[in-house]
Amino acid sequence: MAKTPTPAELLPGLSYKPPEKGWMDVKPDFRPGTYCNPASPKWMDWISYPYAQPRSIPDDNWGLPQDWKEIVLQGMEDRLERFRSLKVFFDICVRCGACADKCHFFLGTGDPKNMPVLRAELLRSVYRRYFKTIGRALGEIAGARDLTEDVIKEWFFYLYQCTICRRCSLFCPYGIDMAEMTLLGRELLASVGLNIDWAMASVAQCYDKGSHIGAPPQAFKDMIDFLAEENERITGITTPVSYNRKGAEVLFVMPSGDYFADPGTFTMMGYLLLFEHIGLDYTLSTYAAEGGNFGWFISHEMGKRLNAKIYAEAKRLGVKWILGGECGHMWRVCNQYMSTWWGPVDFLEKPVSPITGTRFENAAVHKMVHISEFTADLIHHGKLNLDPQRNAHIKLTFHDSCNTARGMGILEEPRYIINNVLPEGNFVEMPPNTIREKAFCCGSSSGINANENMELRMQGGFPRANAVRFVADKYGVNHLGCICALDRATLPTLLQYWVPEVEVTGITELVGNALIFPDEMERTTDLRDRDLVGFGEAEEAGEEEE
Amino acid sequence: MQLATLLSQKKAAILGRWLTMIYESYPPETAIFLQKEKNRFDNPAGYRISEGLEGLYGALLQEMERDQVLTCLDEIIRIRALQNFAPSQAMAFIFLLKNVIRQELAEEIRKENLAADLLDLESRIDGLALLGFDVFTKRREKIYEIKADEAKRRISGLMRKTGLSEDGLL
Repeated sequence: MAKTPTPAELLPGLSYKPPEKGWMDVKPDFRPGTYCNPASPKWMDWISYPYAQPRSIPDDNWGLPQDWKEIVLQGMEDRLERFRSLKVFFDICVRCGACADKCHFFLGTGDPKNMPVLRAELLRSVYRRYFKTIGRALGEIAGARDLTEDVIKEWFFYLYQCTICRRCSLFCPYGIDMAEMTLLGRELLASVGLNIDWAMASVAQCYDKGSHIGAPPQAFKDMIDFLAEENERITGITTPVSYNRKGAEVLFVMPSGDYFADPGTFTMMGYLLLFEHIGLDYTLSTYAAEGGNFGWFISHEMGKRLNAKIYAEAKRLGVKWILGGECGHMWRVCNQYMSTWWGPVDFLEKPVSPITGTRFENAAVHKMVHISEFTADLIHHGKLNLDPQRNAHIKLTFHDSCNTARGMGILEEPRYIINNVLPEGNFVEMPPNTIREKAFCCGSSSGINANENMELRMQGGFPRANAVRFVADKYGVNHLGCICALDRATLPTLLQYWVPEVEVTGITELVGNALIFPDEMERTTDLRDRDLVGFGEAEEAGEEEE
Repeated sequence: MQLATLLSQKKAAILGRWLTMIYESYPPETAIFLQKEKNRFDNPAGYRISEGLEGLYGALLQEMERDQVLTCLDEIIRIRALQNFAPSQAMAFIFLLKNVIRQELAEEIRKENLAADLLDLESRIDGLALLGFDVFTKRREKIYEIKADEAKRRISGLMRKTGLSEDGLL
């Protein structure tokens, strides 16, 4: 009979000191809740991705193709030639450890392999073994190791525990970009049939029907028309929507989360109110119905395939330039990749605000402006009639979305908008080491906002939630603002676990709340049908007296 | 001298050792980090665990409302209920306090003949552990709840359009 363990004996670190194992000998523990399901062959077939077959993570056999090793090594060689950055990132790291404790997944899981330096080493060790003389000769002594199925499994586990947020890169003295390594590592996994279902389903739907949620054009129109009706019900203002209209000045592209999922829908209502307020000559495309791009989370090639429709629709509709909604990774893809993939974009004009005349020089090449840049410019020129008191029930803090803030430097614009649509004193910043360039990631981006890996997501988002909780406790913050649809999809869940008293909102929703129209109804609620503070109370008091 | 007085006098040493033991339930590299980094935002787990432990220790020293005790337990358990621990491992930290007290106060307990007090204290630590099971279960249930809620939220706009509230669909 086995001896019943004491509490201390249940914890390996306390009951005995296990012999020091090198990191290469520690295998990942595929505990349910910590990994994403492998992609269904159905989705992979839709987009002609190779080696589609049913797979299960707990199975020993992951159904890799016979020549998987050659495919991966050839893929690595190709990428080392194509991306000099990858070779530099592999060679230059001195293991100083500056990045080690900067990853939200390390801070949440406590797993040392989520230290970016070690996550990179998972790939780097194979690079050394097959592409460096010293690694070929000395093997493990030189930090090199053979490529085995176990290594592939480890890649799958940890490369999908990186949200390509780049916080680690900020602290790296060499600027090594873990995000790029993760993306290229995921490409290698995809080349032997290993993808995650949540991202792949979204990609296939988007490729086939136009949006991640798989809404056909009719459903897209139907849903946005409904949100326009909601605007009319709440504000009395008609916000007619224009679809596929040739000759419009601006094509507006937003992530699908904004027209199907709350609280994004309220941001969508805010866009429509804003455009009506300024009389913008815009149109939506039922084909470029998705600004987000889960393809980029799988491979650069798939990112390009999904992105194609944005310029194609801009060209077909003959617009002058493109305006983008509140989305994080869409913004990085559109700014950093789109014009490289498809340029030169000579069929569009350099974006100029038709309301203020501002020329968006920063968008001169790719011809796309972010809604926060556009709105901040409108406010700066006094073009919006705003009543911040309509947001008096909202005590806000702001989450800098990794792609817009750290990736693209959109730091001041959302804050400028917030300060103009909220009463003074209703905006509170989180501590400096958790915002702006140093913002902690939501923990669920880059295609891993699946349901089956919820424990992992809650761990990854813990540092973010911890800072939100601080301002909620100290200042009574009740809303977390963001300009990213993935944030709007995932932060409510994160906060439900860690800080349930705080809700999530897009910034254009707050603009929509605050906009004053000349012929509007008396406003007593916000766009979510919640009572406004100090509006309609006099009337109610009068009724009571009668 | 009473055990309660000793516990107050040696609070720093006992708490420190208890905390170290919890940190040692993580991989060595992580344990070092949790111990070393003092900024509450750069080391959220270390901060919340240490806050929770201090609260629990206070609960043993003086009367405390049950809700407050549950809050202190939750500080720690909601982290460990997610991490790579079996439930027994996630909860073992409460019982570790017994080891710490027996070690830290061994001599005083023997000299002052405080065995009866010690048994009483250990029973209260057992009580903490039982309350901890309530918290652990709630946290695990919470995970399933947020999964379900997120699934609903993904199509909540559509549900509103069709006139179905979230509750109406269920």
